[in-house]
Amino acid sequence: MRFVPSFISSMGFAGLILARSVQYFPYVLVFSRPRADLFRQLYATGIRTLPVVTVVSLFMGMILSLQVGLELARFNQELYLGAAVMLTLLREMGAFCCGICLAACVGSAIAAELGTMKVNDEIDALKIMGIPPERFLAAPRILALVLMAPVVAFYCCIMGTLGGGIVGATQLNVDFQQFMSGALWMAESKDLFVGIGKSALFGLLIGVISVSEGLGTNLGAIGVGKSTQRAVIVSFLAILISGYMVSRVFY
Amino acid sequence: MGEKVIEFDSVTKSFGGKKVLDALTFDVKRGEVFVILGPSGTGKSVTLKHAIGLMEPDSGEVRRADVRFGYLFQSGALLAWKSVWENVALPLEETMRLDAKEVARRVDNALAAVGLTDAADKYPSEISGGMQKRAGLARAIVREAEVILYDEPTSGLDPVTSVHISKLISDLNKKRNVTSVVVTHDMVLAAKTASRIMLVKDGKAVVCLPPEEFLKSDIPEVRSFIAASKGEGI
Ligand SMILES: Nc1ncnc2c1ncn2[C@@H]1O[C@H](COP(=O)(O)OP(=O)(O)OP(=O)(O)O)[C@@H](O)[C@H]1O
Ligand SMILES: [Mg+2]
Repeated sequence: MRFVPSFISSMGFAGLILARSVQYFPYVLVFSRPRADLFRQLYATGIRTLPVVTVVSLFMGMILSLQVGLELARFNQELYLGAAVMLTLLREMGAFCCGICLAACVGSAIAAELGTMKVNDEIDALKIMGIPPERFLAAPRILALVLMAPVVAFYCCIMGTLGGGIVGATQLNVDFQQFMSGALWMAESKDLFVGIGKSALFGLLIGVISVSEGLGTNLGAIGVGKSTQRAVIVSFLAILISGYMVSRVFY
Repeated sequence: MGEKVIEFDSVTKSFGGKKVLDALTFDVKRGEVFVILGPSGTGKSVTLKHAIGLMEPDSGEVRRADVRFGYLFQSGALLAWKSVWENVALPLEETMRLDAKEVARRVDNALAAVGLTDAADKYPSEISGGMQKRAGLARAIVREAEVILYDEPTSGLDPVTSVHISKLISDLNKKRNVTSVVVTHDMVLAAKTASRIMLVKDGKAVVCLPPEEFLKSDIPEVRSFIAASKGEGI
């Protein structure tokens, strides 16, 4: 049961980091030096994760299409394959895919980087120089995740649909054009915006969790490993739980 | 001299049941070079961290004057993704409104003072531990702090560089009236620069004396520390 107080205290710490970082978001956007840092983080979040995101979402779409397509085929309803794949991607899997990839690729890197800085006294050094770590380190990273996650999620939906269409055309005899027109017909605006909003929430959660795990690191190199691991696990849990909550509210 | 810039009032701190600072009481006055000596693991770094407010005492009180502090970490604590030059420029860029020329002038001066002009464009991972420490020192002095806390400024440096750094600490004190608190094992540094030397052991201050008196003291802990630093007993 020692787990409970430590969970509550890390929640509190994460909340504190969030509150302190959010107040620096305008600063990061307005001034040129922190904005340059933000662009570096956007690059790390969006561009450097592209290969992984591409492969994951492509295969996610292919699996979806195959499984759904086989069932639809039993009732001769392959016509709806594109719509079904698009619907699932927009509502759930696009944001989910993006969240998992960002937590694994970006969140872990943030926790490891900040954790290493913490155990090397670099965080303390910043504080002493009068540079709040929330402003200098946390805000650009969290903001980059919030801004980039919807873009990545949208990209996941596109790649997933593409993967689904390819499987449809090659394995299930669904015409690619037909698949796409079904998919586009289904891309109703509410689903799109719920998915986008959800991915922004995932970005925020991953950012806050990874930054606070990183900044909360102690016990040297072992501590860095532990924080990185915890950042990924807690992010996954947060994505799953909050994803369900959002779906509950909107559908 | 006279005004106290740092004051420890029976500060006690434990880590996991182990008392590291035990009712430690001392004060540092403006304009002095206050040297803290002591065996490894007695809580010297912990003392400095209390002095600057990175750690809070379990009981007792630390009072600080409202002046600008600089701090040299035992490890240097440079940002790995910035070059030496950028590391030194960081406090100026992030906390002061100076134009680029003034920043460059101050950074170049600070780097020259620690003898790192040639390594300005290197990254921390590309330079030696001693150079990292000197870069950390440049970063500590670049903001023109009124009080600088040094955690082992000469450990890991060759004797020539050690003397150079000791002289730098002494010069900053004499020319710019920088109050200094120096944690060290280096008896030469202590004897040459100190206004007062405090020997700590087991979290307590054993003595706190001007260097001439410290070197003559007959207190057994002081004698054995001085003897060991001269290599006696090998
Ligand atoms: N953050 C911390 N958490 C737990 N224990 C700590 C922490 N910081 C220091 N200690 C403990 O406090 C004691 C004193 O540490 P400190 O670093 O102050 O020693 P020191 O006198 O500076 O030694 P050295 O000369 O080797 O640098 C050590 O036993 C160390 O294990
Ligand atoms: Mg130490």
